[in-house]
Amino acid sequence: MYLNYIIRRFSMFLLVIVLAVTINFIIPRLMPGDPVEAQLATMVATGAGYTMDITAMAEAYRAKFGLDQPVWKQYLSYWWDLLHLDFGYSLANYPDTVAHMVTSALPWTLGLVGTSTLLAFAIGTLLGGLLAWPTVPRALRAFIPLLMIASSIPYFLLAIVLIFFLAIILKIFPAAGSHQFSAILRFDLATIKDILHHAVLPATSIIVAGIGTWALEMRGMLTGILGEDYITLAEAKGLKGDRILLWYGMRNALLPQLTALALRLGHVVSGVILVEVVFAYPGIGYRLFQAVQIKDYFVIQGTVLLLILSIAFALLVMDLIYPLIDPRIAYQRR
Amino acid sequence: MNSDILRVQDLRVYYHTPAGIVRAADGVSFLLKRGERLGLVGESGAGKTTTALAVMRLIKPPGRVEGGRILLGDQNLLNLSSEKMRKVRFAQISLIPQGAMNSLNPVMRIQDQITDIVKAHDGHFSKAQLQERVCELLKQVELRQETASMYPHELSGGMKQRVCVAMAITLRPKVIIADEPTSALDVVVQRQVMETLRKLQEDLEASVILVGHDMGLMAQFVDCVGVMYAGKLVELGSVREVFKEPLHPYTQLLIASLPSLETKGFFKGIPGLTPSLLNPPSGCAFHPRCPQGMDYCSSRVPSLKEVSPGRWVSCHLYEA
Amino acid sequence: MTTTPGRIRGSVRALRLNLLLTVGLLIVVCLVLFAYLGPLLTDAKRAEIGAFKPKQRPSSEHLLGTNTQGRDVLAVLTLATPQTLNIGLIAGAVGIAIGVLLGLISGYFSGPIDPIIRVGTDVFMTIPAIAILVVVATNVRAVNVVTMALIIASLAWRLPTRTIRAQTLSLRERGYVQVARLNGVGDLELLVKEILPNLLPYIIACFVATVSWAILATIGLEALGLGPQNEYTLGMMIYWARFYGAILRGFWWWWAPPIVMIVLIFVGLFFTSTGLDQIINTRLRRAV
Repeated sequence: MYLNYIIRRFSMFLLVIVLAVTINFIIPRLMPGDPVEAQLATMVATGAGYTMDITAMAEAYRAKFGLDQPVWKQYLSYWWDLLHLDFGYSLANYPDTVAHMVTSALPWTLGLVGTSTLLAFAIGTLLGGLLAWPTVPRALRAFIPLLMIASSIPYFLLAIVLIFFLAIILKIFPAAGSHQFSAILRFDLATIKDILHHAVLPATSIIVAGIGTWALEMRGMLTGILGEDYITLAEAKGLKGDRILLWYGMRNALLPQLTALALRLGHVVSGVILVEVVFAYPGIGYRLFQAVQIKDYFVIQGTVLLLILSIAFALLVMDLIYPLIDPRIAYQRR
Repeated sequence: MNSDILRVQDLRVYYHTPAGIVRAADGVSFLLKRGERLGLVGESGAGKTTTALAVMRLIKPPGRVEGGRILLGDQNLLNLSSEKMRKVRFAQISLIPQGAMNSLNPVMRIQDQITDIVKAHDGHFSKAQLQERVCELLKQVELRQETASMYPHELSGGMKQRVCVAMAITLRPKVIIADEPTSALDVVVQRQVMETLRKLQEDLEASVILVGHDMGLMAQFVDCVGVMYAGKLVELGSVREVFKEPLHPYTQLLIASLPSLETKGFFKGIPGLTPSLLNPPSGCAFHPRCPQGMDYCSSRVPSLKEVSPGRWVSCHLYEA
Repeated sequence: MTTTPGRIRGSVRALRLNLLLTVGLLIVVCLVLFAYLGPLLTDAKRAEIGAFKPKQRPSSEHLLGTNTQGRDVLAVLTLATPQTLNIGLIAGAVGIAIGVLLGLISGYFSGPIDPIIRVGTDVFMTIPAIAILVVVATNVRAVNVVTMALIIASLAWRLPTRTIRAQTLSLRERGYVQVARLNGVGDLELLVKEILPNLLPYIIACFVATVSWAILATIGLEALGLGPQNEYTLGMMIYWARFYGAILRGFWWWWAPPIVMIVLIFVGLFFTSTGLDQIINTRLRRAV
């Protein structure tokens, strides 16, 4: 039964990939004219100057994309390239490949954004659990409207405010970047300190703005669960409050909470992309932004595709983990 | 007096709702002797479950225990600190809940839910000792040893109810409150579970309060029965006497409504509707439906009086 | 409670019981007044380039100062707010329309159409909106308010479809629907007469949530510079502020007002949406 589930889930994953790649392929081709020429022209117009010969590059691209060939052939060769992890060349930074640009940005994103999002989720969930417990002191209740407001603020807007107060006015933290501009990245204490120093503001924006959503979600869920019969019996059994809250309450809310994370993952990623932009943090999001500015077409495509793939993969992993967390799921024929 | 394990005196539990005050239990008093089986019977909403939960101090807002005393031995449970009361739960008084289907934690194995009880009261046992206790308990309720490592959704209704019984006797309590333990089960399983409960209770010399609305079940299981109506106890006595000679008109109608294998005919119900606990009828709460109502039944509230040793009634018919 | 004073008293009590909804609606109403009456009271010329001396701090003459292009910030804010709201409303309306249609069809009719719509929606929901929107927006030549709304609408239908489908599924099994079916009432008539009216509270709550999402998506795109270039919107205000380095140079009066306005919009819509959810759920509980 579990095998069935895995197969079905994996097929869904493949479906998402196919759909994403296809959309990525179709949309630019809906525009009239030669996409390569048009892109190069716009790039020149936006002032992305480079020393390479435009015609040579145009030739290289056209050969690569076989624009004279029928569409279905182009589609297949697009797939062929992708499977070889060939995402094409960056127009602005030729001959740098898209794949290279993306892989150099990925660690920054995973490090900053991945950690902050997980922290926001963990802290928010615990906070939400506490807030749902009836014997929690009144003072803590004051948090609730604050959390509501926090969950309504987009991450990057909070980021702007933080930059202003803590980087410009108080000058405690740097306003942008992931490390000192001129520093060479070495694996030593000074570099690590530097990186952490630069990571504080971006991480804070994500965590503070993110806690609200998770706390409120958990609180809502737990309040419902606390009305269940097994909680009453747990109390009748003479169990201590914290045991009931953690093992009888929150443990049952964990699965729906993870589901909520899965549902919101796309939304969270959108938010953190903008945070990277605001901080000029050299992750995937910022790469995307730079590419959009100068219409570096293939970088845009490659980055978007990567985003979709990562999220689909993360969701796949989560879905495969669910049955391990909630013993009921493995037995359901869904 | 020495054999009185539990004495409930004038217990009042009111629910403060936006629509008004609901008097779920309004002056309930009874005694429970060691080893005795007491049944609390009545319609839905009569206050039986409220009384049972109140004894364990599990009433939640907007409900509140407004008055009365609950004496376990010499200790008034209502005066205990919450930590002391926590220690009393399941160690002195335990509960077999209504609806075992939903009373077990879906994400915990059966053995963990049982060892939880032990650990919450006395943390000094080794894993092996706990395991042994779980095995013992499962044997006592006639469940297979494999049940220990299963999850609740893997068990049938009857098995889940037995697990609840096992949990209730884990710490060898003095009082076991069984809140309609078999209402969700079919008749055959019902009988089995009640038999198991009786055997265990006798072995432990524990007392049982059986809450329910099945008069037939009461007749088979309890020694004493208390009839509740609209939050009040209207009759109390040994089960033989109450069944042979019910005093209160409500009890009479209840017993008359029981189908029997001998007589053939139409079912006799009790005319009228259950009274609202928000706006109870004035005077005796049963007077609108009482076939033997007198003039002053609608203005004066009767009190629970002992009309003969061990026999109590709350009805103007018996106020000499 | 059928008399008019009785009804009024009842509604007032209901509003007071649901503080969230009241506060939310209050904020939204104030925003709407500001957004749609404000431009009538403002001279649009104040918002043009070079209208005033640039980079002035807030003063009695310019309540929110002027930006590096010499525009009066308050004037720009007044003209930008309705534009942002418009994008949200149009995208929200289109999204809800598509969502209700797809949700109804998917939830009501059994057969192959349901899994197709369901899987399709799920797939689209996994993909981060910003990714698709960025790709679409980069390929569109000229972006104005309406185009922006349509770009956003291309993804705004996801949440409504899912929500409405779930509700339709449960409504389909209700007693009165089954009875109507047995009486031979046609599908279309059933949908319109029985199901749709009962979906109304969910549709309204969903509309609020969708508009909120649409505005969020708009601002996200605009922050990347992909918004309407020639019209004022809140997101573009922030974009231009960053573009001209207003944050680093400390010109807070340029980016703070749009941020405050945006937060007010989201808080107002969030409170309203949560308040509506609470009402719907209590109604459900009482009905059951």
